[in-house]
Amino acid sequence: MGFDFDRLVVDDVSRHFGRRRALSRVSLTCGAGTILGLLGPNGAGKSTLLAILSTLLAPTSGRVRYGEHDARAAGPMLRGRLGLLGHDLYLYPELTARENLEFFARLYGLDRPRDRVDGALANAGLADRAGDAVSGFSRGMRQRLALERALLHGPRLLLLDEPFTGLDDASGRALVNRLRGLRDEGAIVIAATHDLDLAEGLLDEVAILREGRLLAVPRAAGPLRERYREAIVEAGAAAAREGRAR
Amino acid sequence: MSRVFVPLVLAAMVLFASAPLVVAGAPFEQTMGLVQKIFYYHVPSAMLMFVSAFVCGIASAVYLFRRSAAADRVAVAAGELVVLFGLIVLVTGPLWARKAWGVWWEWDARLTSSLLLWMIYLAYLLVRRFGGPGSEKLAGAMALFGMANVPFVYVSVNYWRTLHPKTSVVMTLAPGMRAAFWFCVAAFAILYVLLLTLRKRLEDRQATVEQLYLATED
Amino acid sequence: MRQFLRVAWVVMRKDLTVEMRSREIVYTTVFFAASCVLVFAFALVREGRPLEDASAGILWISIAFAGTLGLGRTFERERHTETLRALMLAPSDRPAIYVGKLLGILVLMAIVEAVLVPLIGLLFHAPIFARPHWLVALLAAGTLGFASVGTLFAAMLVRARSRDVLLPVLLYPITIPVIIAGVRGTAAIFQATPDEPMARFWAALLVFFDVVFVTLSLWTFEPLMTE
Repeated sequence: MGFDFDRLVVDDVSRHFGRRRALSRVSLTCGAGTILGLLGPNGAGKSTLLAILSTLLAPTSGRVRYGEHDARAAGPMLRGRLGLLGHDLYLYPELTARENLEFFARLYGLDRPRDRVDGALANAGLADRAGDAVSGFSRGMRQRLALERALLHGPRLLLLDEPFTGLDDASGRALVNRLRGLRDEGAIVIAATHDLDLAEGLLDEVAILREGRLLAVPRAAGPLRERYREAIVEAGAAAAREGRAR
Repeated sequence: MSRVFVPLVLAAMVLFASAPLVVAGAPFEQTMGLVQKIFYYHVPSAMLMFVSAFVCGIASAVYLFRRSAAADRVAVAAGELVVLFGLIVLVTGPLWARKAWGVWWEWDARLTSSLLLWMIYLAYLLVRRFGGPGSEKLAGAMALFGMANVPFVYVSVNYWRTLHPKTSVVMTLAPGMRAAFWFCVAAFAILYVLLLTLRKRLEDRQATVEQLYLATED
Repeated sequence: MRQFLRVAWVVMRKDLTVEMRSREIVYTTVFFAASCVLVFAFALVREGRPLEDASAGILWISIAFAGTLGLGRTFERERHTETLRALMLAPSDRPAIYVGKLLGILVLMAIVEAVLVPLIGLLFHAPIFARPHWLVALLAAGTLGFASVGTLFAAMLVRARSRDVLLPVLLYPITIPVIIAGVRGTAAIFQATPDEPMARFWAALLVFFDVVFVTLSLWTFEPLMTE
């Protein structure tokens, strides 16, 4: 447990793919014990930003710092403190739930793999299905299992890409509670989501992306949905004004 | 245009204008006569093909390990030149073989090795073209592996051949031919440097355009 | 170092476990290899007598084709679940993942060869028991050379377009020295009087190839797999 950090700093990060600008000079900061919501329309760059934060992608300019450690300089140790729940769940359908978790526990070199796996299965509510192949699970069950897989090694930074898709009401609320618990333990949780209702009570901070740029979030009180819509509409109007002025 | 560029172009033009005269002036080889003169094109092209393969391989290694975009641009220029000069080798070789041995293709060690190297770098270009996004790195690996493969290709093809005994090409240069030969080597070398520089410059321009395009969006 | 080996072992075990559940790749690849042998047999055998050295050539071509198929299918599986990303996220030396995948491929190809060699012996009356240790050495060194380059290329092609056709396009030219050495070495063993010095020469070349290309692959795996 040598490597740790308590603050995530994204500094002027841009990323382009050929001519397509996916992210444009995004800067934000996040301290321990925060849940940050990443909102925005499809194609806004949320997944790209999450990929960069998980070190799977390198920014084309700008830097990301985890505590004092720069993303490029920090090696494998940094990855041990990150957890990613992607859109694709990263589970092996041919293996059982237990085997999936045990594989990742061993891959990460965790001590007491058996105990951790048992605990994770209990948290996911899948203890009775531990010996069944994942291919037979519903989307919600897979999601719960995938979340536990991302949390097995106790990451400081948890990145979630659309974690609420496919979850029914009860599972959604269970996830909200789980994330709150993690936040209270000091984790940094960044979740990209479309589900503004569920996110309502959950998010401490909000970042809205549109076409790769971070928008200013209206401070006004009011439901999240309204503030989001306002920000998007305002940004669209601003872009139109700029277009006319040219 | 750098200062060295114009003199280089002039030198290349002069060399190529006088090359046919030099080649014609060189003595005839005993057994093969006029046909042998194709070697003045064949051998320098082969030398430059190998040189270019190493340039491409090393540039690709720099690109992969240092993430230098400029190195990648050199690599693609060199890769294309491997294919170009390789084509010259593979066309002039059979032309010569037809006259000398009566067959279009001989499993001669050097010609076969050149064919293999040519195909490796052709694959390099194919990957760059059809590999989709991120294909520069894939191609870079291909070039690096191709370069590392050169000794293995040569040894294995050479010893594979000895089991099919055929006459190999052993060229001994008579003194009169040496001048013409090295003249042509120099001419081709200058041409190579010119083409490499031009092609890299084209890539540089393209990269600048891309950057400008992206910058307008800010 | 211990961590490196542990990660490689865990990855290999996982691959073999996944494969053992359905055995899809093993069955189809072995069958494909056997079909290759038959196709070549029909093409190259005249009046019941195969061309000289045909058995060695057919063996290695079938290994190359079946190996390419197996590589493609194995990595297609990883691509389908995007689990290669999860592997890259692990806090381990990334080359360890390459080694783990390589070991899994080697096991697959060993199974294929265990079927192919007796088949060749049967159909072409090839003397597979003449110098078994040389045969095994050639097969082991050659397969390692082929698989080391193949695993690297297949892994890096996972996110590329046209990956099905690009794998053979990239792999075959680079591994031609392996094929040449394998075929000539095996042919030397299959001769009426086995030519051991020749086999030793080709086996040594294969070992050199393995050393160079496994090292190169270990070096280039991380830069290639990160964007």
